[in-house]
Amino acid sequence: MNWITNYVRPTINSLFSRREVPDNLWTKCPECGTMLFHREVKANLNVCSSCDHHMAITARDRLSALFDGGIFTEVAVPEPLADPLQFRDQKKYPDRMKAAQKKTSESEAMLVAEGEICRTPIIAAVQDFSFLGGSMGMYVGNAIIAAAERAVEMKRPLVLFSAAGGARMQEGILSLMQMPRTTIAVQMLKEARLPYIVVLTHPTTGGVTASYAMLGDVHIAEPNALICFAGPRVIEQTIGEKLPPEFQRSEYLIDHGMLDRVTHRKDLRDELVTICRMLMGQSPAIRGDLPAPDASDASGEDAAAKAGAENAAAE
Amino acid sequence: MINYLDFEKPLAEIEGKAEELRALARANEEMDVEKEAVALDKKAADLLVSLYRDLTPWRKCQVARHPQRPHCRDYIAALFNEYTPLAGDRNFADDHAVMGGLARLGDRPVVVIGHEKGHDTKSRIERNFGMARPEGYRKAVRLMDLADRFGLPVVALIDTTGAYPGKGAEERGQSEAIARSTEKCLQLKVPMISIVIGEGGSGGAVAFAAGNRVAMLEHSVYSVISPEGCASILWKDATKMREAAEALRLTAQDLHKLGVIDHIIEEPQGGAQRDKEATMASVGAAIEAMLDDLSKKSPQELLKDRRQKFLDIGAKGLAA
Repeated sequence: MNWITNYVRPTINSLFSRREVPDNLWTKCPECGTMLFHREVKANLNVCSSCDHHMAITARDRLSALFDGGIFTEVAVPEPLADPLQFRDQKKYPDRMKAAQKKTSESEAMLVAEGEICRTPIIAAVQDFSFLGGSMGMYVGNAIIAAAERAVEMKRPLVLFSAAGGARMQEGILSLMQMPRTTIAVQMLKEARLPYIVVLTHPTTGGVTASYAMLGDVHIAEPNALICFAGPRVIEQTIGEKLPPEFQRSEYLIDHGMLDRVTHRKDLRDELVTICRMLMGQSPAIRGDLPAPDASDASGEDAAAKAGAENAAAE
Repeated sequence: MINYLDFEKPLAEIEGKAEELRALARANEEMDVEKEAVALDKKAADLLVSLYRDLTPWRKCQVARHPQRPHCRDYIAALFNEYTPLAGDRNFADDHAVMGGLARLGDRPVVVIGHEKGHDTKSRIERNFGMARPEGYRKAVRLMDLADRFGLPVVALIDTTGAYPGKGAEERGQSEAIARSTEKCLQLKVPMISIVIGEGGSGGAVAFAAGNRVAMLEHSVYSVISPEGCASILWKDATKMREAAEALRLTAQDLHKLGVIDHIIEEPQGGAQRDKEATMASVGAAIEAMLDDLSKKSPQELLKDRRQKFLDIGAKGLAA
C-alpha cells in the first residue's frame, strides 16, 4: 500500500460521494416520451413542456404553487380512530398506512391549508393521489369538514382539489359514510354563502366524484383528467365493448355539461382568484402586489419574478 | 317451492326426504310415514335454526341476494294503501330500477322510494336488476322535493348491488345524480327513514340512505364495495369473497355496533324469503314506530339531528 491508495483515493472518493446526486434528474413524460430536466418540470408545475401532459403533483407542491410566495398555514384536522375495523387483507391496514406515510412523508391523503392568492384569503384542501390512491377514509372526511368549518369561521372561499381512486375500502362502511359527511360540509359553505370551487384533477373517481367533487359552485378540471363514477375497466366488463380513449376525460365531461371549465395548471391560480373575488363581491385582484421574495424560497422567487413580468406588461 | 342457497344443501336434503315420504304416503294409503316425516321436519327445523344462528358475512350476502327475498314492490304492495306511482326525472327518462310515489301508511300520506330488482327474467331486465341510472336518482330527488314541500315523510327502501356502471349512465352524470340525491336527503325538513331490505351497495345505496333513521333487516348487508369487487382489488382474486366479506364488516350486526345504523329489524327463522308475511309485518311495525318517534320533532330539529347523526359517525370502533 502506498500514499496514493491511503490518501488520494479516499479523498477523491469523498469528493464524489459528498455531492448528492439525485437519481431522478430526468423525468420521462408518460404521454409523449420526452426526457424532461427535473428543474424544468418543477418550474412548469409538473406539466410536460413538450406536450402539455399534466403529470401528478404532490399536495404540498400544489399548495406552494397556489399561495402567494408559497406561504401557507396548515389547518389542523381531527384525527379519526385508527383502523376502526381491524381490517386485514393480504396486508394489515396499519402496515399499508405506514408504507404510504413513508413513501409520501405525509400523514394522510389530504392537506388543508389557509393562505392568500393575490392577497385574497382562501382555504384550500388538496387530496394526494400518491397516498393510498388519495382514497377517501375518515381522515379525508374530517379534513373536508375541518376545511369547511374554517372557511365559514374566517368567511373565506374553499377551493378543493380532488384526486382519488374512490373510497378507502380498508375503512369499509365508515369510508362510505364520508359521502353524506362531506356533503354536509358542502352544505355548511352554501348556507354561509361562501364559494366552493372544485378543481378536479386526474383521477377523480367513485364515491369521491359522487359526493363533494360534483357539488361545487364551479367545477374546473385539469386537461385530460379521468373523472367518473365507475371506471372504464368496470364499464367495459359490464357492457362488453371497448370504450374510446376520450371517454370520461375532462374534455368529454365538459361536452356533457358536467364541468364549467377545463383549465391548464399554470392558469389555475389566476382563474381561481378571479372567480373567488367576483363571487365574494371583492374588487379585481391586484396581481402585482405580492410579498417581497424570500431569498431562500425558490417558489417565492418565481412568484415575484412572474409578478414583476406582469407589472412590466401592465405598464 | 323455495330456492336453496349452497350452504342450505343439507337442509334441502332433509326437507326433500320429508316431502318424498309424504308423497309416497299419499300414493299408498296403507303406509304410515307421518311419524318419520314429523321427525324429519323437526330435524330440518333444528338445522335451519343452527344454520341461521351464526351466518358468516358471506352467507349473509347470499341471503341478502336471495331471489325469493321480498323486494321493494312487495313491501309497497303489502304495507301501503293507495300507492300512486309517480314516474320520470322530467329530464331524460323514467328509470324502472327506482320505483316510488305517493302512498298511505295507515292513514298517514308518505312518499315512498326504493330500488326494485325484479322477480323474474323479464322484470329483472326491465328493472335493470335494481341498478339505477342517473334518471333513477333524479326521479328520487324530485319525489323527495315533493315530500319536502308538502310536509310528507319519506320512506326509502334500499336494495341494490350498486349504481349501474354503463356508458350512458356515465355520460349523463351518474356521479352528479348520486351526489344530488344524498344532498337532497340531507336537506329535507320532513322525517326520512331509510331501510336496507337486501343489498346496500355502495354509493347507489347511500343516495337513499342519508335518513334520520337508518335500519337494516337482520340478514341484509350494506357495504362500500361488493365482497367480490373488494377481493379482486385487494386480494387480486375474486374468489376470495368470503375473506373480503369478513373484513368489510358489512352485516347489520357489525354496522349497528359501529353506530352506522340505528335499528336491526328481525327476520323470520331462515330469513325473509321463508316467511314474507311475517317480514312485512315487522318492517311495517318498525316504520310506524320510527315515524311516530320522528313526528314529534320540528322541521329544524329533523334537519339538525340528521346532520349531527352523520357527523358523529365514526366516533366509535368495533371494540366500543
